[in-house]
Amino acid sequence: MIRSTNIPSFWSPRFCRCDVITISNLSKSFTLHNQGAAVIPVMTGANLGVAPGECLGLVGASGSGKSTLMRMIWGNYLAASGSIMVGDVDVAKAAPREIITLRRGTLGYVSQFLRVVPRVPTMDVVAEPLLTLGVPAEEARARAMALLAQLNIPERLWSLSPTTFSGGEQQRVNIARGFVHPYPALLLDEPTASLDLVNREVVLTLIEAAKARGAAIIGIFHDEQARARLCDRLVDVTQFTPKVA
Amino acid sequence: MSILAKMKMQPLLSVRDLAKFYGGRIGCADVGFDLYPGEVLGIVGESGSGKSTLLSCLAGHLAPDRGEVIFDTKEGLRDTVLMAEAARRRLARTDWAYVHQNPRDGLRMGVSAGGNVGERLMAVGARHYGQIRDAAVDWLGRVEIAADRVDDRPSAFSGGMQQRLQIARNLVTGPRLVFMDEPTGGLDVSVQARLLDLLRGLVREMGLSAIIVTHDLAVVRLLADRLMVMKGGYVVEQGLTDQVLDDPQHEYTQLLVSSVLQV
Ligand SMILES: Nc1ncnc2c1ncn2[C@@H]1O[C@H](COP(=O)(O)OP(=O)(O)OP(=O)(O)O)[C@@H](O)[C@H]1O
Ligand SMILES: Nc1ncnc2c1ncn2[C@@H]1O[C@H](COP(=O)(O)OP(=O)(O)OP(=O)(O)O)[C@@H](O)[C@H]1O
Ligand SMILES: [Mg+2]
Ligand SMILES: [Mg+2]
Repeated sequence: MIRSTNIPSFWSPRFCRCDVITISNLSKSFTLHNQGAAVIPVMTGANLGVAPGECLGLVGASGSGKSTLMRMIWGNYLAASGSIMVGDVDVAKAAPREIITLRRGTLGYVSQFLRVVPRVPTMDVVAEPLLTLGVPAEEARARAMALLAQLNIPERLWSLSPTTFSGGEQQRVNIARGFVHPYPALLLDEPTASLDLVNREVVLTLIEAAKARGAAIIGIFHDEQARARLCDRLVDVTQFTPKVA
Repeated sequence: MSILAKMKMQPLLSVRDLAKFYGGRIGCADVGFDLYPGEVLGIVGESGSGKSTLLSCLAGHLAPDRGEVIFDTKEGLRDTVLMAEAARRRLARTDWAYVHQNPRDGLRMGVSAGGNVGERLMAVGARHYGQIRDAAVDWLGRVEIAADRVDDRPSAFSGGMQQRLQIARNLVTGPRLVFMDEPTGGLDVSVQARLLDLLRGLVREMGLSAIIVTHDLAVVRLLADRLMVMKGGYVVEQGLTDQVLDDPQHEYTQLLVSSVLQV
């Protein structure tokens, strides 16, 4: 299954059915130097592809490697071998600079937990990805505020740092940050966990809208109904778990 | 030009095989990296690992014993190690900034806050008093020092204010590369956070590049694009900041990361 991903029309996903994310023969192991240099193989021979407008769900038991796979795509875990094409960048081999550029405009990530500079107002936390892309401050703020309103973050909180927010509020700020720019590729790690029904529905609608505009999405959802509603395909990562000899 | 376009250009700074020895003792050795416009590079490592030595060699405060430090000057690529002292000093005034860990090392304590900032402008040729004063007040505002403190001496400021003043003094001339040695060390956590936010905004708005030495892994995670880990004078690991912190490859980095609670 070799599909070309490095054609320029990648940027207009509606006209391109090729995969935005293509993973080939990917493997991963951890070497724990301070625990007798134990080598722990956690993934081998992983293959998958995600097309524009498609949402792929990662499933598998706890510890099977769902988050590990997602982190390798994001680039904060190093691949041992194989390739991870996101657009025309192979994250498995790319220089840090290329990954930084990829994260600015192409690849979005909603991690499980929000990590921010303390004291920065929520509005600026959400607008920051746009500012980095050179969007004028006023426009970036306006888009951030629209998303915060949609996610039911009370307006009186927008000028406060999210560090003291409740878990669910922090998660919604994190989601707003991940959806403020229309990334062609999106990674979502448990985006609906710890949300009430109303806000869960808002988030599901945001993800559906991202699919409709052509985003290629890889998600981890423990919420089975969310999974059924959003995912076009499921990949059980257990099949990539190295067999113990 | 957008930051994206800038990042595709050639390195602002290219370091090759840099070494500095103190007699028989290694200060730093075998150091090599490229820094691109708009990038922030963090340097971490235990006490005595050579971070300050390296920074001093890069900024021209110390002469390395070996290696190249190629800087993209307005006249083209130049090895700052081989440069005449006068030319290097000029570059330090116009293109570089150096933020010392102790603000007293980077400020003139007997000169007013406004004077500290204005002095740097005069050093690069500004002569119009009104404009110098306006620029100084503008920069003091950006680092959140109120306009009515402009005539106060730094000795009347708190540590955090002194550090912010040092940053204003350094950035007023619009440098392209900022060296910082533990810029947030010794500041309380909330002042530290404000400083971090300020630095991030400046990197974004002015497209400046920075090399920042710190022992605080939470700070580098929030500020640096790339991270270099030093031990015993050598760079043992370098890469994307969150990769080095989340999936450290070297034994020492694993120890460093696992010995702090949560970064
Ligand atoms: N940084 C790390 N260092 C060492 N081992 C790790 C690291 N990250 C993950 N692992 C190991 O890799 C394996 C896969 O973990 P991962 O977190 O990807 O599982 P998961 O499928 O996301 O599980 P869960 O559903 O519980 O979140 C586990 O054995 C885990 O211990
Ligand atoms: N002027 C000097 N003369 C002799 N040895 C020196 C001198 N300056 C530094 N050293 C030695 O060089 C090594 C590196 O020192 P350096 O100051 O670069 O470390 P550092 O990583 O900045 O440490 P810290 O985190 O404590 O500031 C140390 O072993 C130090 O003792
Ligand atoms: Mg997980
Ligand atoms: Mg030092």
